[in-house]
Amino acid sequence: MAALIDIHPAKHRTRVRRATAESAWSRWLVISIAVGFMGLMFVLPLVVIFQEAFRKGWEGYVEAFDDRATMHAIWLTLQVAAITVPLNTIFGLAAAWCVSRFWFRGKRLLTSLIELPLWVSPVIAGLIYVLLFGAKGFFGPSLKEHGIKIIFALPGIVLSTIFVTFTFVARVLTPQMEAQGQAEEEAAMTLGANGFQMFWRVTIPKIKWGLLYGIILCNARSMGEFGAVSVVSGHIRNKTNTVPLHIEVLYNEYQFVPAFAVASVLTLLALATLILKTLTTTKRGAA
Amino acid sequence: MARTRHVLPGFRLSLGFTITYLSLIVLIPLSMLVWKASTGGWDGVMNTITHARVIASLKLSFTTAFTAALVNGFFGLLTAWALERYSFPGRRVLDAMVDLPFALPTAVAGIALVTLYAPNGWIGAWLAQYDIKAAYAPLGITIALVFVGFPFVVRTLQPVIADLSMELEEAAACLGANRWQTLTRIVFPALLPATLAGMTLAFGRAVGEYGSVVFISGNLPFKTEIAPLLITMRLEEYDYSGAATIGVVMLIASFLILFTADLLAQWNRKRTGH
Repeated sequence: MAALIDIHPAKHRTRVRRATAESAWSRWLVISIAVGFMGLMFVLPLVVIFQEAFRKGWEGYVEAFDDRATMHAIWLTLQVAAITVPLNTIFGLAAAWCVSRFWFRGKRLLTSLIELPLWVSPVIAGLIYVLLFGAKGFFGPSLKEHGIKIIFALPGIVLSTIFVTFTFVARVLTPQMEAQGQAEEEAAMTLGANGFQMFWRVTIPKIKWGLLYGIILCNARSMGEFGAVSVVSGHIRNKTNTVPLHIEVLYNEYQFVPAFAVASVLTLLALATLILKTLTTTKRGAA
Repeated sequence: MARTRHVLPGFRLSLGFTITYLSLIVLIPLSMLVWKASTGGWDGVMNTITHARVIASLKLSFTTAFTAALVNGFFGLLTAWALERYSFPGRRVLDAMVDLPFALPTAVAGIALVTLYAPNGWIGAWLAQYDIKAAYAPLGITIALVFVGFPFVVRTLQPVIADLSMELEEAAACLGANRWQTLTRIVFPALLPATLAGMTLAFGRAVGEYGSVVFISGNLPFKTEIAPLLITMRLEEYDYSGAATIGVVMLIASFLILFTADLLAQWNRKRTGH
């Protein structure tokens, strides 16, 4: 069938137009609208970021990082990501394993819950932890008694970042593991492997590219989270300002070159994430 | 599937860990939100919700998100179609770029968009000639929400377009339909559920968006103040129950939107038989 009926007209060049293809000019029109729209909405903002970051040349760009508050923000963000990403990776592996390998009651509810962070406003993700641990929150008084600070401190920032990013590893891995099936794992088990051996020698090699992309995406999102962290951090310079919050501070102080210079680092991280996604598409078995 | 439960290990461990993690990070904190909103009693809730400034901000959040979803429906459909059906130079780059709003931090997107659309920005200056104000106006908020929601429409549509059976289009052509008739009567109806589902997802994401909006919106009460921003302001005033109430309203809206998207997805499965 496939040889007789060409199901991908776009992939071959023929002079005669098929009845199932649009005329050349309407194709051209659709492509230019798509390219024009994405150029305007996506490419232009990227150009602006680097143009503003290099407004004072390479020296101005480098100088932007020679700042105590900026370095502290970068250090804090690295700390947050170093705690968040491993935890969310373990969660992603566990969630993808039970969702893709087993049938159980409430599975649909569980998968909806795993997708929740995409739909809940990041501000709400911060708000709920303030309600729990804030000065006037549920545990607030008893925390104060013991001198533990969660809100306006690292634990609160980590918690809200975990909330916003726990979905990513699971979301990348679950469809991949469902598509790959479980025959190899079953073979390993019947051949006498224990669960640990099966996981490290069969499952991990099977999913490694998806896992890598999931981790990188989770990392990019946790380093770039703004709304949730902004609610719990308290914006204390040199203490609780992560990189995105520091960008906000710099921008509001009209320090545009430093703001965009710092932003350009996160932009490069985002672009690297997209490149990695494209490179691993076939290896992850995603369409 | 039930049989395999005995072969593969780790069901209890993985499910137990997943549920514990979700309970600690999501369920317990979220239930706090509902509890805190109810502390003010019914009167407190009504007082918060009927406050003119809250109504204005909710209205703004929902109308701008809705407009953005409409814009994304149109451009998302065309882009998904171009990416799946046509080959052109840069197609792969364009395909990768669709995910940019997922990967780019919202604050970075926010300062980039406001720089572009501010009255002295590249696009803002051009719009100013026609007396159109983008930044610090609802139009700017809509633009930011278009940016945020776009991938949802494209990524929902792409697999559906790839799965469209070409036989239907061939049959239409054989029966004498011209391409436009085939597209409007065969292809578009088949893509409608997925388009609406994608738009609903984009809408749901846009309603709660914060980072990319606060820079371009200008945050004027009653005019360009979005609901998530109002939550942060209530928190700064230590009005926890007020903040929680607005949060609950937005949460309920999100669930309704998600539910709609799920119904649309089911409709799509029914039509396509997947």
